[in-house]
Amino acid sequence: MTVEQLSALGIVTAAVLYLLAFMAHSAEWAAARGLSPTADDPGAKARSASVETWGRLGLNLTILGALAHGTGVVARGIAAQRAPWGNMYEFVTASLLFVVVAYLVLAIWFGKRWLGLPTTLLLSVGNGLAATVLHVAVAPLVPALHSVWFIIHIVAACISAAAFNVGAAASIIYLLKARAESKGASSGYLARLPGLRELDTFAYRAHAFAFPIWTFTVAAGSIWAEFAWGRYWGWDPKETWAFVTWVVYAAYLHARATAGWRGRGAAWIAVVGVATFWFNFVGINLLVSGLHSYAGI
Amino acid sequence: MSTVEPPPESEARDYGAREMARWVWTQLTSMRTALVLLFLVALAAIPGSLIPQRSASLLRVRDFRAAHPTLDRIYTPLGLYDVYRSPWFSAIYLLLFVSLIGCILPRIAVYARGVRKPPPRVPRRLDRLGEYASGVVDGDGEDALDKADEWLRSKHFRVVRSDDGISAERGYLRELGNLLFHLALIFVLIGVAVSQLMGFKGTSVIVEGQGFSNNITQYDDFKAGGWVDTDRLKPFTVKLNTFTVRFETGEVQRGAAREFTADVALTVDGATTNQVLQVNHPLNVGGTLVHLLGHGYAAHVTVTDGSGQVAYSGPAVTVPQDGNFSSLTVIKVPDARPDRLVFQGYFLPTAVVDEQGPRSIFPDALNPQLFLTAWYGAPVVSTGVPENLYTFNPEGLTQVMNGDQPVRFALKPGETVDLPDGRGSLTFDGYSRWTKLQISSTPGLPLTMGGVAVAVLGLCLSLFVRPRRLWIRTIERPDGSLGLEAAGLDRADARTGLSDDVADLVAAAGVRAEPTSEETP
Repeated sequence: MTVEQLSALGIVTAAVLYLLAFMAHSAEWAAARGLSPTADDPGAKARSASVETWGRLGLNLTILGALAHGTGVVARGIAAQRAPWGNMYEFVTASLLFVVVAYLVLAIWFGKRWLGLPTTLLLSVGNGLAATVLHVAVAPLVPALHSVWFIIHIVAACISAAAFNVGAAASIIYLLKARAESKGASSGYLARLPGLRELDTFAYRAHAFAFPIWTFTVAAGSIWAEFAWGRYWGWDPKETWAFVTWVVYAAYLHARATAGWRGRGAAWIAVVGVATFWFNFVGINLLVSGLHSYAGI
Repeated sequence: MSTVEPPPESEARDYGAREMARWVWTQLTSMRTALVLLFLVALAAIPGSLIPQRSASLLRVRDFRAAHPTLDRIYTPLGLYDVYRSPWFSAIYLLLFVSLIGCILPRIAVYARGVRKPPPRVPRRLDRLGEYASGVVDGDGEDALDKADEWLRSKHFRVVRSDDGISAERGYLRELGNLLFHLALIFVLIGVAVSQLMGFKGTSVIVEGQGFSNNITQYDDFKAGGWVDTDRLKPFTVKLNTFTVRFETGEVQRGAAREFTADVALTVDGATTNQVLQVNHPLNVGGTLVHLLGHGYAAHVTVTDGSGQVAYSGPAVTVPQDGNFSSLTVIKVPDARPDRLVFQGYFLPTAVVDEQGPRSIFPDALNPQLFLTAWYGAPVVSTGVPENLYTFNPEGLTQVMNGDQPVRFALKPGETVDLPDGRGSLTFDGYSRWTKLQISSTPGLPLTMGGVAVAVLGLCLSLFVRPRRLWIRTIERPDGSLGLEAAGLDRADARTGLSDDVADLVAAAGVRAEPTSEETP
């Protein structure tokens, strides 16, 4: 088996393990259905224990998936003898590795295992599509990518992507819980989640962490563009959407300081923000031709 | 006679106008308006990413307009081919900046006053604040406060002691960062404006062996701001010695570029040095940058006219049409006699002829061939009106025919074709490469990039610095013993660790905090 094949095997294995983890977390939510968090009869306790078991299983599967995933990304870098984010397949797998690491740190050390369901969904779909649709064989880089900014710009993009996605997951969960609570007290898994205020605070932290890094990502891209193309900003579709994402998240931060926009309003803006981010990555890469097209996709 | 004069009408109108202006200003600088403008600018930017833009490619705009005449009737008046220079886009971002300035100026004044003020006095009822702790002091009250004072200073609090106790505050940098960020954005915009007014950008195509002098006449296209003196461009010369290009020949990404290297001789102030010009590594000639933007092939041909004279000899730049460099070729021979000649067709670096016709299947020159047709016409007097060398216009020309078939020929390097009826001949001598150089100056760039750097720094301060106020004082407890109470208040959203700080402060004063009777919400 070549190193490149090992890498592909790692990504496929990770996709399968993440899918299993997603199923475990689904079972975790299902097991909590209709369960009041305060009930303490023996039946409820047994069901509570079952919720916990499914949750742990999901987390453990995600850890195994992350090991396979990490192997896949590192092996890809070794096979290509460069940073493993030169095309869409590599960028998806590498950026999702940042997502899973961020999630595992939060889940293991900061009690945020409740992010498991949306995160494993993202990980399994992302790695699954990478392995099946986006996969391309290892190849060297085009000259435009021969730059130190290839590392700086993209690592920053990966870190902010991970934080934006984690923040969006928290905002979506916030919206679900807020909707349930507006219809009366929430029950089931939603009732086991932290309170709305805490969810909102967590989402804010994730976004507040990501926003300066995203700003830096765009700035670093702009410096690189000055070196490579002789202009620091040219409204290339990729640049335009990076700007749109930046502005939407700026609106998110302003919304949290504006009466009437806190809470749900801000959470919706966060969802719009992550949608623009994904459109930039998927839509612009596949639908629109621009300067950020390398190696087919 | 005494009459009561009515108030002058103008004054009343002034008052109304002033009120109106104030109302507009208040609306414009409100956070809600800023939010709306942010959404608007994001929305307004989107069409430019989906509709072809003149700034990116005139050709694609032309093709789009031809293909979608109905949409074009809507797009053209709205300026949708030039979104980022359209009045409505400019209006939105300028309003956003007015709103930003209106928001920031008063806050700067507030901050300038507030930053010099000592931390606020100890509130009368500390136990009503969010975080509260109290305990019994074993020894001397002043000693305990001294220790608390020391702890607060070690944590970079600004500390004020009074008879009431100790007030402490930290996190002044948060608002500073916020203000810096917004001010920096203004400088980013000023930098962009400076680059627009004082910068220039142009391109020139140079064939191997030829050179470029930085002179307005030598540019193929040139755009400069209003404040640029185009007669005083930095004088230098770039000669292209060789251009090396390497393409992927393996299975994966076959034909993708792997290397572009231009070996150039740069002459500045009479001194010539050899330099290597690559993508990502522009030449910097005293602030004027030379970038390698593109490349292609030049076909070397010799044309002999009907009178037996050599009417043209040299490279003709061809224009690549696809990734495999099938390149449009137009060779104009205005000096040919008795008729001027024009050859039109393709240069194919790796030529094949199949059911799709002649085309190139690889970007490198593995099997270079010229596929041409020939045209002739009466000589024309040079009018001095600039003519595009790379496009073919059949006006006033007749195609060279062989019987009733147009003459078409394919040539390999070294081959010659004779035109029928003694109209002349063309020899394909070989090929060389050309590079497209961009020569530009962006004087506002340091301001823009400096602004961005300060903005990121300000952003980090404004998002990560935690402003916090803490108070501590001695009290007489209900049982008559000496006690100590402390409380804290966070001045920014979504911060944690306040309860830890209050507990640590009390502990630092040497007091073990007692559990509060009621849990704070």
